[in-house]
Amino acid sequence: MLALIAAVALLPLALANNYHYEIAILVGLNAIVCVGLNLLIGYAGQISLGHAGFFGIGAYGSAILAARYGWPPVLALAAASAAAAALAYAVGRPILRLRGHYLAMATLGLGIIISIVIATEDRYTGGPDGMSVPPLALAGFALAGERAWYWLVGALLVATVWLSLNLIESPIGRALRALHGSEVAAEVVGIDSARHKLLAFVLSAAIAALAGALTAHYAGFITPGKVTFLHSIELVVMVVFGGMASTFGAVVGAAVLTALPQLLTVFKEYEMVVFGGVMMLTMIFMPKGLVPTLAALRSRFGKAP
Amino acid sequence: MSAQLVQFLLSGLTVGAIYALVALGFCIIYNASHVINFAQGEFVMIGGMATASFLGAGLPLPLAALAAVALATLIGLALVKFAVEPARGASVVTLIIITIGAAILLRGLASIVWDKRIHALPAFSGEQPISIAGATLAPQSLWVIGVTALIVAALWWFFNRTLAGKAILAVSHNRLAAQLMGISVRRVLLVSFGLSAALGALAGILIAPITFTSWDVGVMLGLKGFAAAILGGMGSGPGAVLGGLTLGLLESLGAGYLSSAYKDAIAFVIILVVLVLMPGGLLGGRATERV
Repeated sequence: MLALIAAVALLPLALANNYHYEIAILVGLNAIVCVGLNLLIGYAGQISLGHAGFFGIGAYGSAILAARYGWPPVLALAAASAAAAALAYAVGRPILRLRGHYLAMATLGLGIIISIVIATEDRYTGGPDGMSVPPLALAGFALAGERAWYWLVGALLVATVWLSLNLIESPIGRALRALHGSEVAAEVVGIDSARHKLLAFVLSAAIAALAGALTAHYAGFITPGKVTFLHSIELVVMVVFGGMASTFGAVVGAAVLTALPQLLTVFKEYEMVVFGGVMMLTMIFMPKGLVPTLAALRSRFGKAP
Repeated sequence: MSAQLVQFLLSGLTVGAIYALVALGFCIIYNASHVINFAQGEFVMIGGMATASFLGAGLPLPLAALAAVALATLIGLALVKFAVEPARGASVVTLIIITIGAAILLRGLASIVWDKRIHALPAFSGEQPISIAGATLAPQSLWVIGVTALIVAALWWFFNRTLAGKAILAVSHNRLAAQLMGISVRRVLLVSFGLSAALGALAGILIAPITFTSWDVGVMLGLKGFAAAILGGMGSGPGAVLGGLTLGLLESLGAGYLSSAYKDAIAFVIILVVLVLMPGGLLGGRATERV
């Protein structure tokens, strides 16, 4: 935890220009989504291939309320996150009874339905062309500039990680891990598995929506590209890549997979090939994900005399 | 029956047959390894794109198609050899992420080796439409439906009447027991990935004259195949066929009678409802968890 705070606080020393800040902010926003998603996938063991949908509800909900109805952006952001949480609650109750690949399909379908609605209802969303989003402002003071955004996103990331770490160590976290191990066994010891799965689902959806709304206000523009199922899969890949059931793994996974494509632009047309190759090699040689594998290595060498 | 309805049913069956082929590919790999192969759609892309490029190099269509299927099969085998086998012992989720990486890699390679343009294949036997009960049917649709039916029959024969097919089924039921009976799980993996790749490539070749092909068609077709496999019940062969045809018909009827912009959304809403009512898919087994 301290390491994360130090990293967020010291990183600006290494950031030379606005482009670096921009990438750091995108990393932070993705990391927030992944920490939330990790609660669901890594701890509760329930897959979701539809979180870009909640991200999109946050982004478009906040954008539409602020741009078309003149809501104050902060209020719009909160309302959009609440709407995503409400949808997750309503849909989560029936579909979280599904298991494994069937749950993956159901969440995938949900995400795709949301993205089709967003791409089609162009009266509100601007359709495939996207829509512009007013900047974030509170009490007449607009949040502008890469630096201000960096500190906001950094603080939110630290808060999300803190929330996640605390939740995992609480009775709720223990219940989530128990039902990951075996749902039947968890129920036998008195854990209401449906309620806990739903809690993780709603929480991760609300966090994704919050990050989505922030992304929209930060970029000032949003297109349906951010809501496609490819983005959902990207988010899951970040969580698994960094290491499932590791909060810092989710942060590292988001950081590596957000920054990597930026670095790979030097490969031009080979960018996708290198990206796919790196992903495959990492998972082949570090099947548990980056952070758990590196942690295991460190403890092994730490024990050596 | 109105001519319009017949038209929607025919186009639904055509697309549905392709989804069924892709779904069967998912199904075979799932049975052998419990992995959802997210690179399945890329085999479909490779089938269409490779055929187009072999045709461009002057090969006749049947030969070009054969070469494309062979190429896809080789890539499927390479995927097992260089990605799935080295990661032995990794969890299923990790293996799935590896196949996602492979899909990105293959898409990237396709855009370099070939190009990012849209290609069309000529129809196998002319463009002269056939008239059925007032509706028109492209001869290519007959090819799609006919070849799919043949493949389904051949697969049924393979899995029920040959030793190799039964060995794959045995591994899908109980890996350890199958191994103890002397079945090489390694070879089963190779055969099932090769077979799935060939099926995917064939689907890509069959559909290319109707919907065209390009380096990124695999994403959508893979997604639809996965949806069809789940709808039918993951791991069930008849389920994959039923799921594929149902999905194709849902899309075509939804586009025709409700809204073409929302045709995919309509299909996915119905899939969600089916899953909530039947958590194991249409023909899936009622699995129980062992504690």
